[in-house]
Amino acid sequence: MKIKKRYSGWFLAPTMIVFITLFIIPLVISFYFSLTVWSFTDVTFVGLENFRMFLKDKALSHSLMNTFLYSFTTCGIKVVLGFLLAVYLTGNIRLKRTLRSLVFFPHLVSSVAVGITFTALMHPSKGLINQVIRWFGGSSVNWLGDPSIALFSIIGTDVWKGLGVATVIFISGIQAIDRTYYEAAEVDGARSSQLLRYITMPLCRPAMNSVIILALVSGMKSFDLIKAMTEGGPGTSTEVIALSVYKQFAAGYYGLSTAGNVIMLIMIGFIAYPLQKFLISREE
Amino acid sequence: MNRKNLRSILATAAGVIAGFFIFVIPFLFMLVNSLKDRKSANKLSISLPETIHLENFAEVIREQNYMLLRAYKNSFILAFFSIILLILFSSMAGYVLQRRSDRRMSAASALILAGLMVPPAIMPTIWVLQTLGIYKTMFGMILIEVALHTPFTVMLYRGFMASIPVELEDASYIDGCSGWKTFWTVVFPLLKPVSATVTILNAVSVFNDFMNPLYFLPGSKNVTLQLTLYSFIGQFSSSYHLLFADVILIVLPMLILFFILNDRIVDGMTAGAVKG
Repeated sequence: MKIKKRYSGWFLAPTMIVFITLFIIPLVISFYFSLTVWSFTDVTFVGLENFRMFLKDKALSHSLMNTFLYSFTTCGIKVVLGFLLAVYLTGNIRLKRTLRSLVFFPHLVSSVAVGITFTALMHPSKGLINQVIRWFGGSSVNWLGDPSIALFSIIGTDVWKGLGVATVIFISGIQAIDRTYYEAAEVDGARSSQLLRYITMPLCRPAMNSVIILALVSGMKSFDLIKAMTEGGPGTSTEVIALSVYKQFAAGYYGLSTAGNVIMLIMIGFIAYPLQKFLISREE
Repeated sequence: MNRKNLRSILATAAGVIAGFFIFVIPFLFMLVNSLKDRKSANKLSISLPETIHLENFAEVIREQNYMLLRAYKNSFILAFFSIILLILFSSMAGYVLQRRSDRRMSAASALILAGLMVPPAIMPTIWVLQTLGIYKTMFGMILIEVALHTPFTVMLYRGFMASIPVELEDASYIDGCSGWKTFWTVVFPLLKPVSATVTILNAVSVFNDFMNPLYFLPGSKNVTLQLTLYSFIGQFSSSYHLLFADVILIVLPMLILFFILNDRIVDGMTAGAVKG
């Protein structure tokens, strides 16, 4: 029987109908609606006005900057800490499985719950983190109330929650490395730091690329945690694009909200996608 | 050899202690505060409760005319139906996409995989839902979850299909089965391991989904778990014992699932991420 007849295109139909109707079509028309002032009932074409607004308005342009800062910082920290943790968790230790589960479990706790818990832990006067700092003789930090710190406090929480995923990806990358490389290097008298630098690091590059892309893209889309912890405040210090999209939607500026979506799409398209191509080309 | 053993034990101890402070303490913090009375919970300390107040949980459940129970019901319905549809639809799609490699199938693959990165366009999606008359309905929400989880799920199925030998299908064709029947009787049962992974990972993701119900299923009638949790933040801002009782009730199902299916979740996560 012919391949085409055997594997009929109809198998694809249900998936394609749902996916195209509720994902692709909205995506395509978002380019049009982002150029309008729009309230579901009537549409006025305004050209690039919404995008100009995004770059000019202080709150909105701030949210662009914050999104960059947030996604690149969380990504960087997750890559470095995730790699180190994975090396530790594949090394010469006991209780590997228990420790691995421990690092991974925050991933299953919902962002809203994590947000509530860390908001309480970061309470300016009674929070546990500040109590520990004071116990060591330091002075309290207003983690979520100080505009210059708040975004980094959320970044820290995001890392706490997302580190487990980065770590298990690195672990699977490290475990896939052929043991004979290590044995050969040890026979030649390589130190463990050299094993790490010249065998582990280059050979788990595919895993590292996955972590980079995954962390960067999820950082650019981040919404839940910030909404639950600060709602973008104080002021606009923790405002990110996904949050602006929501706020413009709630305020009834549908065109502006859609423009925010398009900006997010462009960011991912022009940064994450070429980066992925670049990283994969370096793998070979 | 002894020195090596000692080093391993010391390294383990360091890891356990660090892990305890970083990952266990925040969880214990939720737990102890959910068991305290209002006054001592508002101190936000991690001390053990003097007396255990299990009635906090009952109070949270009764809150707003049993909103939490309704949210549980809605989240279960949402997860159940979206996962059933995802398994049926995506296994079929993954099957054909892996077996055929002509240009049309490559294009379909590329289109679906783009969805792994691209953020959904919120407002236009609402517009499409409204046009179809299914905005703010559970049915519409289920289809949204299906659409948004399609890229990841199809990718898992397509990846796994590669390990199933074509010869098995040949036998079925020789016996006179159609392509449709061959898929459901021969291939689909062999996909059980991925179907299990798909079920668990998507269940976690749908249960913990906050943003999409916020946009696509607003209103108190169809409230889902994460939305109740969010609405309790404002309501219980000065009664942390209830807020944390709520957190525990919402987090617990996922943690129980995790303790039962730990390896499967972690492996599935890794498989998905690396192939992506």
